[in-house]
Amino acid sequence: MPSAVEIRDLVKRFGSFVAVDHINLEVGRGEIFGFLGPNGAGKSTTIRMLCGLLQPTSGKATVGGLDIATQSEAIKQHIGYMSQKFSLYDDLTVEENIDFFSGIYGVPRERRSERKDYVLRMAGIEERRTSLTRLLSGGWKQRLALGCAILHEPPILFLDEPTSGVDPIARRTFWDLIYQLSAAGQTIFVSTHYMDEAEYCHRLALMYRGKIIALGTPAELKQSLASHHLLRLEVSDLVGSMKVLESLEGVSEVAVFGGGLHVTVADPSPAIPAIWAALKQAGIAVSVLEQIEPSMEDVFVAMIEEEERKAA
Amino acid sequence: MNLRRLKAVTKKELLHIVRDPRSLILALAQPLVMLLLYGYALTLDVDRIPTYVYDQDRTPESRELIDQFRGSRYFQIQGSVNGYKAIDQGINTSKILLSIVVPSQYSHHLLAGEEAPVQILVDGSDSNTAGIALGYAEAVVASYAAQMRSNAQVRRGGQALQPPVEPRIRVWYNSDLKSRNYIVPGLIAVTMMMIASMLSSLTIAREWENGTMEQLLSTPVRPGELVLGKLLAYFTLGVADMLIAIVVGVFAFQVPFRGNVAFLMLTSCLFLLGALSWGIFLSATARTQLMAYQLGMLSSFLPAYLLSGFIYSIQNMPKVIQAISYLVPARYFVTILNGVFLKGVGMRILGGEVILLTLYAVLVFVGASRKMRLKVA
Repeated sequence: MPSAVEIRDLVKRFGSFVAVDHINLEVGRGEIFGFLGPNGAGKSTTIRMLCGLLQPTSGKATVGGLDIATQSEAIKQHIGYMSQKFSLYDDLTVEENIDFFSGIYGVPRERRSERKDYVLRMAGIEERRTSLTRLLSGGWKQRLALGCAILHEPPILFLDEPTSGVDPIARRTFWDLIYQLSAAGQTIFVSTHYMDEAEYCHRLALMYRGKIIALGTPAELKQSLASHHLLRLEVSDLVGSMKVLESLEGVSEVAVFGGGLHVTVADPSPAIPAIWAALKQAGIAVSVLEQIEPSMEDVFVAMIEEEERKAA
Repeated sequence: MNLRRLKAVTKKELLHIVRDPRSLILALAQPLVMLLLYGYALTLDVDRIPTYVYDQDRTPESRELIDQFRGSRYFQIQGSVNGYKAIDQGINTSKILLSIVVPSQYSHHLLAGEEAPVQILVDGSDSNTAGIALGYAEAVVASYAAQMRSNAQVRRGGQALQPPVEPRIRVWYNSDLKSRNYIVPGLIAVTMMMIASMLSSLTIAREWENGTMEQLLSTPVRPGELVLGKLLAYFTLGVADMLIAIVVGVFAFQVPFRGNVAFLMLTSCLFLLGALSWGIFLSATARTQLMAYQLGMLSSFLPAYLLSGFIYSIQNMPKVIQAISYLVPARYFVTILNGVFLKGVGMRILGGEVILLTLYAVLVFVGASRKMRLKVA
């Protein structure tokens, strides 16, 4: 059985700008695969190529075992796609939107009402089936958009920043739905720039300037930062401490984080006493000094900085 | 082409149309307003020309000549003046269009059988109207002079003068020579071209602007299905507009209808399909509604108005422009409409135009579908 998505040396150029630069990856069936990266990193471009909306400049990719260059029409039967912009018809009612997408996805007549009921239930909008879509709140619209994209029960679902501009509770509900779909065997390829959402994914690819700079499970990615240990400090004099710590041996990075400091060190066991000593000598009081677990955001920032250093 | 998908697209488009009552009313009122406005305002008939008379002769003959003008429905005497200054003033303030100056020796010359010139001054700033007015005035003067000579001949005891050739003119198809009779059918073509391409020009650009096109492109729906589905929805609206235009033409303007209704319907549908496809083609090209609208206005209304032969005779245009006019579908439809309305002719005579309209509709439809496909790549 082929992978749900397989990408080999995929490139997309717009004029002289390389939006996607020789990326490689593979997504297994039933996986929730997260695509991370800042805006303009090439996430949407990659998803658009996989969905047959854009032709790649070079390289190869398959979706459900079908070639995106030659079989894009066949691929469209097997995927659901939700773009970052809300893309249902505002002037149609909830039901009319569902009926329209049912029609163009070619859902068999006998399955239609069953699928419609499923989507209405899933999105929690059974009572609003005859409202104009314009009148729905952001979270509802979004769940309806997801519902419309899965009417034909596609084995693979592409979600391009599906939760942008939605409140946290609606985001949480949305991810519950994604888990349900994944549990039912659907592959989900989702891009986001919310770090907390990244933690929900089975596997992640971190994309930056058209390249994939890291790939793995959330735990693996955090592991890869093993050489970067993170300490949290709370001190009486932020600016003074920064000056002291930046010149201290074994400290690779000092950053203000909230009301304290995040200090990256290569090895915490000699570094912690050294920091105590140096700050004491400078007459700065330390109220907290502890090692912390890096969040996805720390990983993300560290990796991008690493990438910048390599480029420089 | 998958019928189920096609049906879904058409149904969706019809919903868009009914959900936007303001645009719907506008779409239906537009042919009415255009036809009434143009139909009444745009008349090429020159009559009741406001005229001054400057009679320097003041003889029975000169007065009789002026009475000839007074009796004609083409002239309306606004007054008698005593000098060129007043005439100048009248023309400058647009009070009059024409002035008749009868010189002092007119009657003398006329009775002596000599040449008896009359001066006619005309406002040439609208050269077309001026030319026609001048023609009428010359005819009045010449016919009066001929009659006077003939009378003089009789008085001298001879026979009435018979002109060697006397034309007996009979006008076919539009026997009253009412310009409205050919303007109104042509107007139907111009109006429909404009409305049809306006209606459809927004539809695809709107999907691009709202981001729904991206969603559609990720589904199995084919460009051809999308174009045809939209076309069918707007076609129903277009047919309604067409019927309004025809009814207004026949009942409000009393344009004679001598042809076959079925033939008129068939050709109207063909023309509509071409015009709607053109709008969709523009819409697929422009991406924004504003751009599509402007392109639609520029490429439908102007050529249909100027190059269809609806008012401006194509034979009088430079060869290059004539060649371009073959690309304007309204040209064929204007010919068909004039043929059906005024001459009562049908397929046997207008077959060529029907074929060309069909060809246009098919080509533009294919072009629009292809344009959509190119966008995907």
